[in-house]
Formats: sequence, structure tokens, C-alpha cells
Amino acid sequence: MIEVSNIEKSFDGTPVLKGISCVFETGKCNMLLGGSGTGKSVLLQCIVGLMKPDIGSITFDGTVYTNSKIDIRQEIRRKIGMLFQGSALFDSMTVAQNVEFPLQMLTPEMTPEERRDRVEFCLKRVGLENAGNKMPAEISGGMKKRVGIARAIAPQCTYLFCDEPNSGLDPATSTKIDNLIYEITHEYDITTVIVTHDMNSVIEIGEHIIFLHQGKKLWDGTKEEILNAKVPELREFIFSSSLVRAAKRVDDETEGGMAAFAEESESGGGI
Amino acid sequence: MLKTFGSFVLFLRGMVTRTERFSVLWNRTIDEAILIGVDSIVIVSIVSAFIGAVTCVQIAYNLTNPLIPQSTIGYMVREMTILELAPTITSIVLAGKVGSSIAGGLGTMRITEQVSALEVMGINSTSYLVLPRILAALLMFPLLVILAMLLSILGGYLAGTLTGVMTAQDYIEGIRTDFIPYNIVFALIKAVVFAFLVSGISAFKGYYTTGGALEVGAASTGAVTNSIIAILIADFALAALLL
Repeated sequence: MIEVSNIEKSFDGTPVLKGISCVFETGKCNMLLGGSGTGKSVLLQCIVGLMKPDIGSITFDGTVYTNSKIDIRQEIRRKIGMLFQGSALFDSMTVAQNVEFPLQMLTPEMTPEERRDRVEFCLKRVGLENAGNKMPAEISGGMKKRVGIARAIAPQCTYLFCDEPNSGLDPATSTKIDNLIYEITHEYDITTVIVTHDMNSVIEIGEHIIFLHQGKKLWDGTKEEILNAKVPELREFIFSSSLVRAAKRVDDETEGGMAAFAEESESGGGI
Repeated sequence: MLKTFGSFVLFLRGMVTRTERFSVLWNRTIDEAILIGVDSIVIVSIVSAFIGAVTCVQIAYNLTNPLIPQSTIGYMVREMTILELAPTITSIVLAGKVGSSIAGGLGTMRITEQVSALEVMGINSTSYLVLPRILAALLMFPLLVILAMLLSILGGYLAGTLTGVMTAQDYIEGIRTDFIPYNIVFALIKAVVFAFLVSGISAFKGYYTTGGALEVGAASTGAVTNSIIAILIADFALAALLL
């Protein structure tokens, strides 16, 4: 479980995060939802330690991360897996070498055979068992995201962070990536935090949703609750999509149709 | 200016405070040594051989006094090559080739979040990415300068003898006259200092690239120009201090 307490962050005097407090629960797909420029990615970067918050604290399973000693921060960082928006694969390495890299660096006690087995397992888990020898430039955007996931889970991470995992992907591939993240979260009981502004993803895999608006947390709850939320900014954000508007209309007409819709998507039916 | 220098010092400190395992550092240094050193042999060879040849021909063109022995040409080629041309010109060539490569490579890694990926994994990115590049440069620049010295003197010999401006015997006599071994030490000290400046400045410019592809290009250009200016300033400072 990750606890974020009263995080504030400014850039050149402009506040971006204004006292955000929230909890990301273990074994769930926690989603940071919000429009562009609301501070989602900045919050994510503060949580993983790529940025230092001005005020506030972040705790990983009871261990304070912010302002702690470098050894403690390193220890926590080694439990973190992250899928970047652009995948951030190392260009000079093959797909298999990318997945093996964190194992080489973080688990020197593993033998080369053990590492190879783990790489094969992770690539198979994301459905890329035949792409190990390819270079990142030779694979598609969706495959890059899957390699990113394989690299993140290779060292058996406890926390998985995904920064807009669906950006630049077609709807079908997006659904596959979403489902993969969801399955991995439950399979390994990982605390997953996903930054997104994609309502399809929220309906697909969101279990605990936190809505940010202009650097503040305005709402949190489940995907079943989100369509009936009373926060005007959240309603404006959600119902700006004609698809969600239509789904809501069906929900209202059929009295609970939306719940069935969510259940269907949970079972892999997609949107 | 002062702020940039302070950032550069902190950047170097960060590189050596939490280093990765020795085996990782060693393998990375060897990889970088191949990129910096082995891949630069051709360009350094061509440039140094022709500089030696041109130096020889131009000195011969200017030495018209019959009272000055022809062996002086060989002597001057050797002195100019060892003291100045081999270390400085080689380093300027390497600033263009290696400096832009370091800045461009690190800049691209920065804007594509590869540096962030390393940091999130708990890896000290400066230690992993920059330290091996600087160590490889410190190792390879002196070797390339030694190669440049040999090829420049050889280039001078070939140019002098093939164009008929002097005999082989005069040239060899010239390059053996009044040899001062310290000049070699001085040239290698210069090579090490220039290696540090080129690799350090280029890595600094590349590592702190922000923005997109345009900024990566600007970082590469900035790395080369700043490295060359630093080489020339250091060249003067070392000559004033050590000669």
C-alpha cells in the first residue's frame, strides 16, 4: 500500500500539486484520472522519486520514502517497476536484453541461466516469446508497451506504475494492454498505479479511481460509483466522451445497465 | 556561468558517490572504449598523417636559407607534432566525433525517458552512463594521441621524401636531434586533460537536455563548441604551467 500525504509541488512559483492526499491499495488497479495538465504525471513522478515534492510525505508499506536516507530510497526503488508513456526501452539493447537488464543490475546473485529463464517467462507472460531478438525500433508501439511491462515485472516488483499506458495505441491494443496490467496486478498482488485520461481504461480495469483537477484531488471511488459522482468537474470530464454519455443513457434507461457493462468489461468483453 | 560550473561539479560528484558494481563499470567502460577509441582510429589516422605531411611540406617551403640544415625540417615536424598538433588537433577532432556522440546519445536517452527508467530502477544514472564514458575517454585519448604522433611523423617522412624536398636520411636525423622525453609526458598530460574536458562537458550537456529532438541537436552542437573552447584554454594554461 502506498500512502500519499499532503503533497505539494510548484514550478517557478506556479503550484501544480496542491495538497494531495490519497491511498493506493495493494492488489488493485489504482487509477489517477484527470485531464491534461492537472498534475497526474507530476504526482506519479513525485511518488516514484523522479521529482521531489515541496511538502508532504509518501509512504510505501509503512516505510517513509520522501526525505529518507538514500539506502532506504534505493531499497524501495528496487521494488518499483514502471511503464513509461513512450515505453523508454533501451535502444541499443534487444527486447530480451531490455527485460534482462534490471535482473543484471539488481539481482547479481542470479546465474545467467536463471536470468534467461526469468526473461523467457516474462516475455511469454506478455505474449512476446518470439520477439526476444528484435530491437525496439523493429517492434510496434503495442509490443513496446508489453516489453515495458515485462521489464517492469522481471525483478518481481511490488509496485507497478504506468504512465498513460494506452497513449498512441488503437482501441483493441489498448484493451489488451489494460487487461494485461489488470491480470498481472492480481496475479502477483502488486500495488498498481495507472495515470490515464482514458475513460475506456477506467471502465475496463479501474478498481480505485482518484480524480485530479487543477492540482487537487476532487474525488475518489470505484468505477461503479464514478458515473453517479456529483462533482461537477468530474462529471464534465467523464461525460465529454460521447461513448460514456451513451453508456450512461443506457444505464439510466435500463436501471443498472452500466453495472452489467462494467461486469462485461471486467470479464474481458471489452468496451 | 558560475551556476553552470557549480552544476557541473555536482554532476561529477554524483557520478562517483554511488557507483555501480565494479564488474558493471568495467564492462561498460570497455564498451565505451571501443566506441570512443577503436571507432576513432580511422579518422585520427587520416587527420594526423595529413597534418604531418602538410607540416613537413610547409616547413620545407619556408626554410629557404641554405645555412639551415635540411634535418631541421624533421626536427620541427617532431617538435610541433609532439608538443601541439598530435594532442590538440586529435582532441579537437575527437571533440567533434566523440563529444557530439556522447551528448547526442545521452540527450536522446534523456528525452525518451531512458534515464528516468534507470533512476526508477534504483540505478545511479550518472554513474552508469557517464562515468564509463569519462573513464574510456581518459584511457583512449592518450593512446590515440600516441598513434597520432607516430602517424604525423610518418606522414611528414613520406611527404618529405616522396615530394623530394628532403632526403630520408635528413628527416630521420632531424627527428632524432635533441629529443626531450618530457615532451612526450607533457603531450600525454594534455591528452588526459583534454579527454576529461571533452567527455565531461559533452556528458553534462547531453545529460541535462530538456525538450525534444531539436534540443538534442543543440546539446550536441553546444558540447562540441564548448569542448573545443575548453581544449584551447586548457592548452594555453598547461603550456604556461608545465613548460
